[in-house]
Amino acid sequence: MESIAVLMTKPIYSYLQAELEKRFKVLKLWEAQDGSRFLEDHNQIIRAVVSDGGTGLSPELMAALPKLEIVSSFSVGMDKIDLGKCKEKGIRVSNTPDVLTDDVADLAIGLTLAVLRKLPASDRYVRSGMWKKGEFKLGTKQFSGKSVGIVGLGRIGQAIATRAEGFGCKISYHSRTPKPESSNYTYYPSVVDLAAHSDILVVACALTNETRHIINREVIDALGPRGVLVNIARGATVDEPELVSALVEGRLGGAGLDVFENEPNVPEQLIELDEKVVLAPHAGSGTEETRKGMADLVVGNLVAHFEGKELLTPVV
Amino acid sequence: MTCSSVQVQPYLLEALEEKFTLHKLDTTTEPDKAARFLRTHRDSIRAVVGTAFVGADAELIDQLPNLEIVSSYSVGVDKIDLAKCKEKGIRVTNCPDVSTDDVADLALGLMLAVSRRLCPIDRYVRSGLWSKLDFFSKQFSGKTVGIIGPGNIGMAIAKRAEAFGCPISYFSRSQKPACINYNYCPTVVDLAANCDILVVACALTPDTRHIINRDVIDALGPEGVLVNIGRGPHVDEAELVSALLEGRLGGAGLDVFQDEPNVPEELFKLDNVVLMPHVGSATVEARKAMADLVVGNLEAHFLNKPLLTPVV
Repeated sequence: MESIAVLMTKPIYSYLQAELEKRFKVLKLWEAQDGSRFLEDHNQIIRAVVSDGGTGLSPELMAALPKLEIVSSFSVGMDKIDLGKCKEKGIRVSNTPDVLTDDVADLAIGLTLAVLRKLPASDRYVRSGMWKKGEFKLGTKQFSGKSVGIVGLGRIGQAIATRAEGFGCKISYHSRTPKPESSNYTYYPSVVDLAAHSDILVVACALTNETRHIINREVIDALGPRGVLVNIARGATVDEPELVSALVEGRLGGAGLDVFENEPNVPEQLIELDEKVVLAPHAGSGTEETRKGMADLVVGNLVAHFEGKELLTPVV
Repeated sequence: MTCSSVQVQPYLLEALEEKFTLHKLDTTTEPDKAARFLRTHRDSIRAVVGTAFVGADAELIDQLPNLEIVSSYSVGVDKIDLAKCKEKGIRVTNCPDVSTDDVADLALGLMLAVSRRLCPIDRYVRSGLWSKLDFFSKQFSGKTVGIIGPGNIGMAIAKRAEAFGCPISYFSRSQKPACINYNYCPTVVDLAANCDILVVACALTPDTRHIINRDVIDALGPEGVLVNIGRGPHVDEAELVSALLEGRLGGAGLDVFQDEPNVPEELFKLDNVVLMPHVGSATVEARKAMADLVVGNLEAHFLNKPLLTPVV
């Protein structure tokens, strides 16, 4: 297999690269002086692409690789890959579901607690010596027993629900259709209604054409000045300028955000709101354990494909 | 009555002022003024409202001959000389249960914040260092959580941690029937050696002072995390600090300290430590419920009714 050429679109993770290099001929697009020329020179041998959630497989790249057989994505999100076109061209696609479910759910709860209990602000209060001058005065809010609304009750949404239940939270959700196996949760066919009935609204759905800006002004207003939005899905599920103005104006109580519309750029006003907002750098799956598990899946899917076996975690 | 504390929630102060003659005493930053005040008013004071920081020690009790009740705006009563109160027939009340959920929530918050480095990564994003992020954090789900003291708060922590798939171990003086699904460890060192995250959730008594000592910290080890939502004196703080600085302990989430509000400054440069200013029960909801209990206990006493939540 060492002669099979696999293209990496960007440096993703050193362990992943090392594992790929043990088995394949790894071509690194980011090291090329002239990317287009590099692709032209190698387009007859590149049979696989390894990418991540943020980069995916652009239409231009797909068009430049006539011998492409498989895209193995270091992510669960598929919004940057044209799955329909891959299916049409017979290109296989794999992702990394399940291994990261727990970590992303943990971060959702972590961000919720961090926002409600003002963990970073309190930690800064101690480190700056302010505690010696007086008690921490910012009112923090209880998490236990609150209503948690989940947009998208897939693997990650369900894992979030299970954890929130441990805190005595009431769970509601929105998805395209109700889930009969989740009959103990309240289903809302409208996201606005879900927001109106939630103290904390968590976005956990995939990004598709239908879910782009699913969190819009109306939803944010329904969540309200005491409500908290948590986004561990994709930045584009939220109308970011609306979110920012709602937070600045106090129409939304707080937010815990792991994803943004234009990563790694974060709106300046969110940087300034350091008591009601907690920010993370798309770190949902960023634990040592999970990143390694994801890398093993990426490699495993490629090996399975080139050995003529079933893919481990196929999407297309 | 005196309300001896540095700051107390306005809602409580208003409720007390409405029903009683309230004297606010700052015995920590203005001790001389406080001493003069007590001498002047000693005979008229029938009740004291204490907090987790300042209660009613032997000295204060001796100065108040007509003291009948100490109503503490806290769960912990370690700042009240209970023996002396019992001896003198002084009633003592606290605020159990209303803050159990909040303290347990904070324990989980600290576990997640330490494991997933929530405070440093929030800082990284705000400083424009996102693309320079060069570390991964540690998974929390599925890690073994060890609980010292499976009382109300300890069990509430266990219930929450179980929702993350965490196996639970515990230490207490004897095995508890309610903990049948949890792994009992007969010593704290044993517990520390067998868990990833060790939580102090017991009451502070002479027996539990420095229950977290060098041996326990070493057993918890360089991958282990200590969470303290009990009392500062539960932990040998000097040993904890050196273990963290030397990397012999993996991380710590601390809401309480030996000498609040003083916190060892060597901890300030560490990213594997989360420091809270004793806010376990500091939610708006819990503070209101606690205030209602303080006032309710005082009213019950002065109306000769059974106390709501007596300790003595």
